[in-house]
Amino acid sequence: MSVFEGLRFRRVYSPIHNLDPRIKFVYVCAIFVAAIIFWELLPLITLFLIQIPFVLLAGVKREWLRSMRGAVFLAAIIFLTNFIFSFIGAGYIVTAKSVENAVAMTLRFIVLVESFSIFFLTTSPDHLGLALEQTHIPYEFCFAFTTAVRFVPVLAEEAQTIMDAQKARGLELEGGNFLKRIRNYIPILIPLIVGSIRRSLELAEAMESRAWGATKNRTNLYVLKMHRGDFILIAITVGILATAIYTRLFFAIPSLNELLGSLF
Amino acid sequence: MIEVKDVHFTYPNGVEALKGVSLTINNGEFAAIMGENGAGKTTLVKHFNGLLKPTKGSVLVDGVDTRKVSVATLARKVGFVFQNPDTQLFSETVEEEIAFALKNFGFKENIIKRRVTWALNLLGLVQYRKTSPFMLSGGERKRVALASVLAWNPKMLILDEPTIGQDYQQKEKLRQFIMQMKAQRRTIIIVTHDVEFVAECNPRVLLMRGGRMVTDGEARKVLTNPEILTQASVVPPQIAQIFIKLSDLGLPKNVIDVYEAREILLSVLEEQAK
Repeated sequence: MSVFEGLRFRRVYSPIHNLDPRIKFVYVCAIFVAAIIFWELLPLITLFLIQIPFVLLAGVKREWLRSMRGAVFLAAIIFLTNFIFSFIGAGYIVTAKSVENAVAMTLRFIVLVESFSIFFLTTSPDHLGLALEQTHIPYEFCFAFTTAVRFVPVLAEEAQTIMDAQKARGLELEGGNFLKRIRNYIPILIPLIVGSIRRSLELAEAMESRAWGATKNRTNLYVLKMHRGDFILIAITVGILATAIYTRLFFAIPSLNELLGSLF
Repeated sequence: MIEVKDVHFTYPNGVEALKGVSLTINNGEFAAIMGENGAGKTTLVKHFNGLLKPTKGSVLVDGVDTRKVSVATLARKVGFVFQNPDTQLFSETVEEEIAFALKNFGFKENIIKRRVTWALNLLGLVQYRKTSPFMLSGGERKRVALASVLAWNPKMLILDEPTIGQDYQQKEKLRQFIMQMKAQRRTIIIVTHDVEFVAECNPRVLLMRGGRMVTDGEARKVLTNPEILTQASVVPPQIAQIFIKLSDLGLPKNVIDVYEAREILLSVLEEQAK
């Protein structure tokens, strides 16, 4: 659950929190693209580092670290698979290149998690819904999206209660072989799914009894407006993306290994 | 026997739900834990079968520290029926639902069959034996949940809000059933807001407030003391309210039982008639 913890929004005010969520999303996409077009270690390290100021500026260091810690397990798997395959491919020898390659792939994943984590930590679900609405996505979809985001913690809590209830009836969740362990989770998943369906039906009824969808043209109390910070972020985003593409097309990127070799 | 020694409990989100609770519940005792919402009642009883472990202090069940054994081991001794039956129902039929715990505890096939039938009979669910628990009404689902715990005949039984969503007849059945369990020297602990139900059962009443135990005593003493009750956001039962208001007639204040009340009122009326 620690990964979710790291994506959970907390209401604080900072220059980053006040940015337009649409621009922030474009920024995340730009980082995403930049991370995908590079497979060398050096640019990925750069991508990783240029996001740190955002974290510090937003004051979400602790939550961000927690989400990064949640990603460690998957990162380790990515590293190991890459490493083992290049190890076998190179004829069972460890080369500096293969290690660097595996680290680069892992870092790529970490950069992606990093940028998404910054986005979700600094954007409230309401803000996100507002952004969706004002990009002219039908309100039904926006509502479904924000509701889904909002119900994640509720669902986590319910899963805990269900686990308690089944443990109280003698269910052992730990132990047994792999198949047995999966089977153990059936008594937890079924009440959770049934409960979710039941709740969504109830939510639909409650919404309809409060005249959901009665007005065709919705207006919002808050309207997103671009400020100076947003324009700065646009500039930064365009800068990162342009530099990334330019570097990709016209430069041969040295591997860290070669670079260190030429220095010493 | 459950011994709670200066238990503190803080949830991972930082909420301190219990701030030093100590009490002992003896074998064969019938106790009702009452108090306002968020007083820590459910948090406290979740310590009795090890679902929660104290952050400070200790809980001993028959002398065994709950921190040292798994919930499944403790559950054999301490049955816990949750407030919302939907957090546990998952089987295709009511029968399988009740057999689930018995299978977990490793009962033999023929014993499981006998126990399931016994539990179905006890709670009037025989006609639903092959029905899916999801097709039943709220009250019936609650009884299935109760049956699924009673089936293994635990020595101690914890019921979290057992009367919610039950009609009068079912409540009366539940009361008789509790009395029967009490006669068998089983320990019963209920968590409830239903003050009338408690007045009828006349158990030991434990009042909680803000993570602390405020009062511990007989129902007829606690439930007729308006000052203590207001502190814990509990309203006295109707009979007690009548007798508190009639105290200027020289009537006793500590009455919660309907039959006792009737006797007293009749004797007063007879005297006035003379």
